[in-house]
Amino acid sequence: MHEMSIALGIVRIAEDEVKKAKASKVEVIELTIGELSGVEKEALDFAWPVAVKETVLEGAERKVDYIKGIGKCSECQLEFHLKNLHDACPDCNSYFKDILQGKELKVIALEVV
Amino acid sequence: MCTTCGCGVDDNGAKIIDLKETNGHHSHDHDHGHHHHSHDGEHTHDHDHDHLHRVIELERDILQQNDLSAARNRGYFEAKQITAINLVSSPGSGKTTFLERSLSDLKKEIDFHVIEGDQQTLNDAKRIEAIEIPVIQINTGKGCHLDGDMVQRALKKLDPNNGSVVMIENVGNLVCPSMFDLGENFRVVIISTTEGDDKPIKYPDMFHGSQVCIINKIDLLPYVNFDVEVAKDYARKLNPDLIFFEVSATTGEGMESWYKWLKNYMNKN
Repeated sequence: MHEMSIALGIVRIAEDEVKKAKASKVEVIELTIGELSGVEKEALDFAWPVAVKETVLEGAERKVDYIKGIGKCSECQLEFHLKNLHDACPDCNSYFKDILQGKELKVIALEVV
Repeated sequence: MCTTCGCGVDDNGAKIIDLKETNGHHSHDHDHGHHHHSHDGEHTHDHDHDHLHRVIELERDILQQNDLSAARNRGYFEAKQITAINLVSSPGSGKTTFLERSLSDLKKEIDFHVIEGDQQTLNDAKRIEAIEIPVIQINTGKGCHLDGDMVQRALKKLDPNNGSVVMIENVGNLVCPSMFDLGENFRVVIISTTEGDDKPIKYPDMFHGSQVCIINKIDLLPYVNFDVEVAKDYARKLNPDLIFFEVSATTGEGMESWYKWLKNYMNKN
């Protein structure tokens, strides 16, 4: 359950930013989570209420932008939807690929009051 | 850094333990130094803030704090010409036995130092100490993985020599440690023949992020339903560059080629 660590990491970022902005709490937090980031949505949902309890994020609305995994085949250069890290190129079946997107795990913005 | 160790309250923080400091008198290291949650601005209600909504644009990596610690460790290793190895596996794959065997067989040629990661107990550190290798135990408490900051704190106590090899045995877990860079030179994932040969595709991140894969307990192959080639094929789908060694850490079979590879790596880097 590293999603708890991830949630606590988000709390830490929010606490620091709220302090810097001399605000009191977060109303909305925007996150991006990539399909290949290793974070399970359900596990994060489960960890969230415990992690944010009595922090500036308690009661904040969480907006999550899920980013699709995209790989680029190193053999034929095709760009394709990489659902899993072990997916082969649908065209030439090569497993050599670069990951173009889908590893993101970011706090994009905070709306504070 | 509390953000990545999985701990929620003070009592769950990671403990960095030097056996030399605990032997005989069972004192506990209550080093909670990494707990610097800033609660200051939390509910202060000082009225110098306005009540308007403000948007703070951040674009910040959630793992940034860990990545910074890992980068610091990497610089430390580089400056001291240390080879740091992160050993990961499921519980029970023979990770500690593999480590013991490597240390015993190579300790005359290589100056080893060890960091042991477990949720609880000093058992693994005691096993390493028994073969007279300097060791520091990290107990992560409720945490399911080591992070860059824990390793940094352990390194301060361990004080490894220049040119040595630091073996970091991560918490037995094939999921969580995959996301946390420790600053190591390379990551070794261990699977054993008593597990399923489809383990690589069940835990893809770990195999994707490792450079070496040890297939352990090959002495048990006649008794188990594990196809080495199937396991390798799955792992190669995730990571075509993965380097494999088939070994039995118990009998010593196959260990020689791993030693040869390690020594060669050290000479080149």
